[in-house]
Amino acid sequence: MSSAATPASDAPVFFDLNEHPHPEGHSTSLGFWIYLMSDCLIFAVLFATFAVLSGSFAAGPGPRELFELPLVALNTSMLLLSSITYGFAMLTMEKDRVAATQAWLAITALFGIAFLSIELYEFHHLIAEGATPQRSAFLSAFFVLVGTHGLHVTFGTIWLFTLMVQVKQRGLVPGNKRRLMCLSMFWHFLDVVWIGVFTFVYLMGVLR
Amino acid sequence: MTEQPTIAPSFLFGRFTLEAIPYHEPILVATFIAVAIGGIAVLGAISYFRLWGYLWKEWFTSVDHKRIGIMYMVLGIIMLLRGFADAIMMRLQQALAFGGSEGYLPAHHYDQVFTAHGVIMIFFVAMPLVTGLMNYVVPLQIGARDVSFPFLNNFSFWMTVSGAILVMTSLFIGEFAQTGWLAYPPLSGIAYSPNVGVDYYIWALQIAGVGTTLSGINLICTIVKMRCPGMTMMKMPVFTWTSLCTNVLIVATFPILTATLALLTADRYLGTNFFTNDLGGNPMMYVNLIWIWGHPEVYILILPAFGIFSEVTSAFSGKRLFGYTSMVYATVVITILSYLVWLHHFFTMGSGASVNSFFGITTMIISIPTGAKMFNWLFTMYRGRIRFELPMMYTIAFMLTFVIGGMTGVLLAVPPADFVLHNSLFLIAHFHNVIIGGVVFGLFAGIAFWWPKAFGFRLDPFWGKMSFWFWVVGFYVAFMPLYVLGLMGVTRRLRVFDDPSLHIWFIIAAFGAFLIALGIASFLIQIAVSIKNRDKLRDTTGDPWDARTLEWATSSPPPDYNFAFTPVVHDLDAWWDMKHRGAARPLTGFRPIHMPRNSGTGPILAAISFVLGFALIWYIWWLAALAFVALLGTAIAHTFNYNRDFDIPADVIARTEEARTKLLAAQVNA
Repeated sequence: MSSAATPASDAPVFFDLNEHPHPEGHSTSLGFWIYLMSDCLIFAVLFATFAVLSGSFAAGPGPRELFELPLVALNTSMLLLSSITYGFAMLTMEKDRVAATQAWLAITALFGIAFLSIELYEFHHLIAEGATPQRSAFLSAFFVLVGTHGLHVTFGTIWLFTLMVQVKQRGLVPGNKRRLMCLSMFWHFLDVVWIGVFTFVYLMGVLR
Repeated sequence: MTEQPTIAPSFLFGRFTLEAIPYHEPILVATFIAVAIGGIAVLGAISYFRLWGYLWKEWFTSVDHKRIGIMYMVLGIIMLLRGFADAIMMRLQQALAFGGSEGYLPAHHYDQVFTAHGVIMIFFVAMPLVTGLMNYVVPLQIGARDVSFPFLNNFSFWMTVSGAILVMTSLFIGEFAQTGWLAYPPLSGIAYSPNVGVDYYIWALQIAGVGTTLSGINLICTIVKMRCPGMTMMKMPVFTWTSLCTNVLIVATFPILTATLALLTADRYLGTNFFTNDLGGNPMMYVNLIWIWGHPEVYILILPAFGIFSEVTSAFSGKRLFGYTSMVYATVVITILSYLVWLHHFFTMGSGASVNSFFGITTMIISIPTGAKMFNWLFTMYRGRIRFELPMMYTIAFMLTFVIGGMTGVLLAVPPADFVLHNSLFLIAHFHNVIIGGVVFGLFAGIAFWWPKAFGFRLDPFWGKMSFWFWVVGFYVAFMPLYVLGLMGVTRRLRVFDDPSLHIWFIIAAFGAFLIALGIASFLIQIAVSIKNRDKLRDTTGDPWDARTLEWATSSPPPDYNFAFTPVVHDLDAWWDMKHRGAARPLTGFRPIHMPRNSGTGPILAAISFVLGFALIWYIWWLAALAFVALLGTAIAHTFNYNRDFDIPADVIARTEEARTKLLAAQVNA
């Protein structure tokens, strides 16, 4: 066995005798990035499905009859504003200003809830008009794509409130900063996906 | 059960009624009695020996990658028995159902059997075994103390278990899907499969899929972030490389499966029209999507096997692996190409000559990097001092068998030929040829190779060789006849046959399955005999095969912290280099080691997921809502725990290492 042998004096270093443990959360950003990309693939499937089925109206209503662009524009602005306010929350977090961070997070949550409310109103309106998810493959794809995004925003909002409680309990400790950073990536990611939805589903839908 | 009464679901029990218990099916009743007796015996023994506390504290809640790896292996082997029971039932049915005989399985039962066989073998046998080996070996090979996210690792494992239990539940409560393992719509839609079978399929795969995706993310981060000093990407052992590529594929494909099954779920539960026949639905879209996941999935299984064969070949030839760089590039090329071939599973869709040619050509191109690997293994053996231990025997059997499977694969990749062979037993023979000859042989090689690392003693060679010969011969006897039958035009999934000239081939195939049964039995006996004779088979060196990579640098089994001091790597074969340049184990100066704490949240979340799945399958909405809230609440509550690590004190490490020093000294003096 080699371990019983005596090392030569010029032998290279084979063990790190002075090591420091990996800092806590050393892989979290990478791991969360990879998770986001996997989530992105779920949206990719839904977008692809929508692309295939977006013309399958089954003699039912199409985008031109259904979509009200001013409402969707308002909705889009809610989500974009929430991304900006989340950005402000991160900036204040960097300066360790707990109260300001919490305030910006709360404003972000309000914008998120406003977005969800408008989306629910839109869905309710469509369903009341008879444009239900069951009506045609186009509507199935529309509701599931937009609804999946909405579900993500819902879970993001729940997460946001959880983090606000945790920041209140422990302040801006490294663990909480890391969590806020992850949610930040998640929130901006949903914003990017929404830009895709807005362009691809609503704008191009009305154009076709 | 085919004719379930169409009563309105009750509030309390959903659509569950006593009719859903298959007490009128003698085969299932007998199975249930056997399982119940076995289960009560196991549970009774655990209670009698007061092992519950030990199991819960040391295993179920463990975040140690080694223990989680072993639990994955146990799950895979248990499910192998179930999946194989399905296989032998099919072989028996097809061997009997000639000359006007209906065999012994009614159609709705037979259809469940072939569906369950495929689903279980891929998702709950091959995947856990592959994930288990990666979990166990990769952190050791890269000189790390655990994975990047140890708690997540435990959670992933239990989600896989939860899915497996859901599949097993379908055996005795309700039924399983009768659709084939990929549940193509419109057959799997609510119109043609109104019962719970497809819902069991969906929710079992969704729950297990969460675990698989998260464990993929975990292992990528581990390999990227936690390699020991000096281990550049091109100094990583080949098994780590193939694991990296496999986990990239997992993360890049399982979300597609998740989304596709979610769309099928929407069709079944909400009445949407993604894959229906009317209102604009498009069933072929499902087939495309599921294979965009499904084709990479087979590479997810085979790449780690390639890694195992690489480690085994170089260890047992006593030589550095031939063409390491080309091996890495071949692996990466296969990873990428695996994404560009999915349509070869349905050339008959009618997508036209250009599309079919594209996918036919990409498919054929995959044989080039695979062939390069084959030559690398051969050249590694060339002029090596080959030791024919069990892992090496499996490697050679693989090289012979896999080449046959690869060639029939290239045959199937030719679209005009595929139009004749599509959906035939030729295809069945082909993919069993590559999965058994590649993945299964690889897993057995890996188990025999790393068993001494995990438990500190070798596996019994005699029963290992018995298992080997029964498996290899059994495979050929069972599946070569299917090539013949496929060429004669017999399609898959048939239950009865008219043409008596086909009979003899099915009898031969059934005999082959019987030989494989002996192979599995020998494998189990091998484990039992080895445990019994563990003192005779003991290895105290930690390096029983005179191997080359870092996992052999530590004791067998390794301590909780794997390495008292993180190794520093200078060469591809890091441990070989350390041995030959006289690296001395440091015997003093130990420092406390920071380790993650165990957590019971993983098994609890998985148990709630099981309840959620079960409630959704049976339309018990109140229970589903309750379980969902509980799931969310438990997950959030877990995040309020900030105290997740602890230090192993230096004196504990000093004592552990002292014991190993004594063992090693005894070894040298002996």
